Amino acid sequence: MRNKINEAHEAEEDTVSEVGEALSSKRHVVVPGEIIVSGDDYLPGEGVRRESDNVVANRFGLAEVIGRVVKVIPLSGAYIPRRNNVVLGRVTDITFNGWLVDIDCPGNAFLPIAESPRFINQYEMDQFLAIGDVLAGKIWSIKGRGIDLTIKGKGLGKLEGGFIFRINPSRVPRIIGREGSMINLIKDETGCQITVGQNGWIWVNGDSSDKVMRARRAIEYVAEKVHIDGLTEHMEEWFTKN
Amino acid sequence: MTLKRPSGRKANEMRPIVTKVGVVPNADGSAMFGFGNTIAIAAVYGPRQLHPQHMQDPSTGILRVNYDLLSFSVSDRKKPGPSRRSQEISKVIEWALLPVLDIKEFPNTVVDVQVYIPQADASTRVAAINAAALALAHAGIPMRDLVSAVSIGKLDSDLVVDVDKEEEDFEEGEGATDFPLAKVSNSDEFTLLQLDGKIPPEKIKEALDMGVEACKEIYEAQKKALKEMMA
Repeated sequence: MRNKINEAHEAEEDTVSEVGEALSSKRHVVVPGEIIVSGDDYLPGEGVRRESDNVVANRFGLAEVIGRVVKVIPLSGAYIPRRNNVVLGRVTDITFNGWLVDIDCPGNAFLPIAESPRFINQYEMDQFLAIGDVLAGKIWSIKGRGIDLTIKGKGLGKLEGGFIFRINPSRVPRIIGREGSMINLIKDETGCQITVGQNGWIWVNGDSSDKVMRARRAIEYVAEKVHIDGLTEHMEEWFTKN
Repeated sequence: MTLKRPSGRKANEMRPIVTKVGVVPNADGSAMFGFGNTIAIAAVYGPRQLHPQHMQDPSTGILRVNYDLLSFSVSDRKKPGPSRRSQEISKVIEWALLPVLDIKEFPNTVVDVQVYIPQADASTRVAAINAAALALAHAGIPMRDLVSAVSIGKLDSDLVVDVDKEEEDFEEGEGATDFPLAKVSNSDEFTLLQLDGKIPPEKIKEALDMGVEACKEIYEAQKKALKEMMA
């Protein structure tokens, strides 16, 4: 029995790896309901479902086949919060035990007083974070009703100075690049402090407005050029010209 | 075919289709869809928190569609604001789209779809459905499939595809019948079937077949629009 399965598996492997290679070498745009690959050997990942023999796109985006896993990378749309995402938000209200934060997604986020890095007196909460203040936080849990944030961690907390602009949240992975390669390049080239929230809010701070604007132009340029391969190299060239 | 259509089209010939994705920069997703002189623009916002709170559903997200003709879209100025007609069409568009949407993962939220008709030449509800399906896909809403819609007409006793205004007002013989339908693109499900006028039961099969053929063509146009958007 086992042998039989293995044989079938091997026989299939040949055709499958061929298809897989052809597709993974070139990611392509799929529309909802479009068949990405056929065959039992694939595992449906995010944005994808299995329909009998076929792996079908469940949303609009770039289809990618990595090994056996098939997924669709979103290209557009609103931000959907995920656990451990770093997001930027604005304080909208102060309650007795924490702050309500607007992070530009369905449902308000809550930052409990206990999740601040140091002790804060309940009666002086607005001295730490007042309504309208902007902060970088990490999504610590998503439960049925509401999102909980924390600002314990490196690079998190209130953002002072600088300015904020927004890009499409689906472009954020590209802005950050593989293991932060793109964002580090932009930071090095412009000498600015940059914090990118997964919700598409970006905070830039630098010692001159020229530097800050250059960083913003660079980021917006990257956000526009999502479909180019080898974008980090392309950007190195961009920086020599701009 | 004995009867000539006022526009000179063949019975199974649609008006030229225009599609464009990403026409409203501030929306999460948007699209334009046109059948000749009929144009629909759809904008999708969300999923976002639903207010008033009593409408929230903790088991699933909900879809809310608002369809309306702009006041200059027809030759007699349309009084702006919701009307009995626009409310009904909003509702049928909602029902036509909901079966393909997968918004269970977004409890207590709403997906808002605004569809406006800047230029009307009959078949506006099907144009609106096509535009809304594109806009929902563009907004990255999880969905099972796209929806394509077309109207089938009957002029006297001849079936035609994609009715325009002149054909809608056809009065000779049996008069005109408007039979709008929407279909889930990659399966045999219909999500909208309406009938304004009369049609003999034996002709319905034929009308549906014409509709399915036309929907295939529309689906290709929709697919192309979404793919070109990224090119």
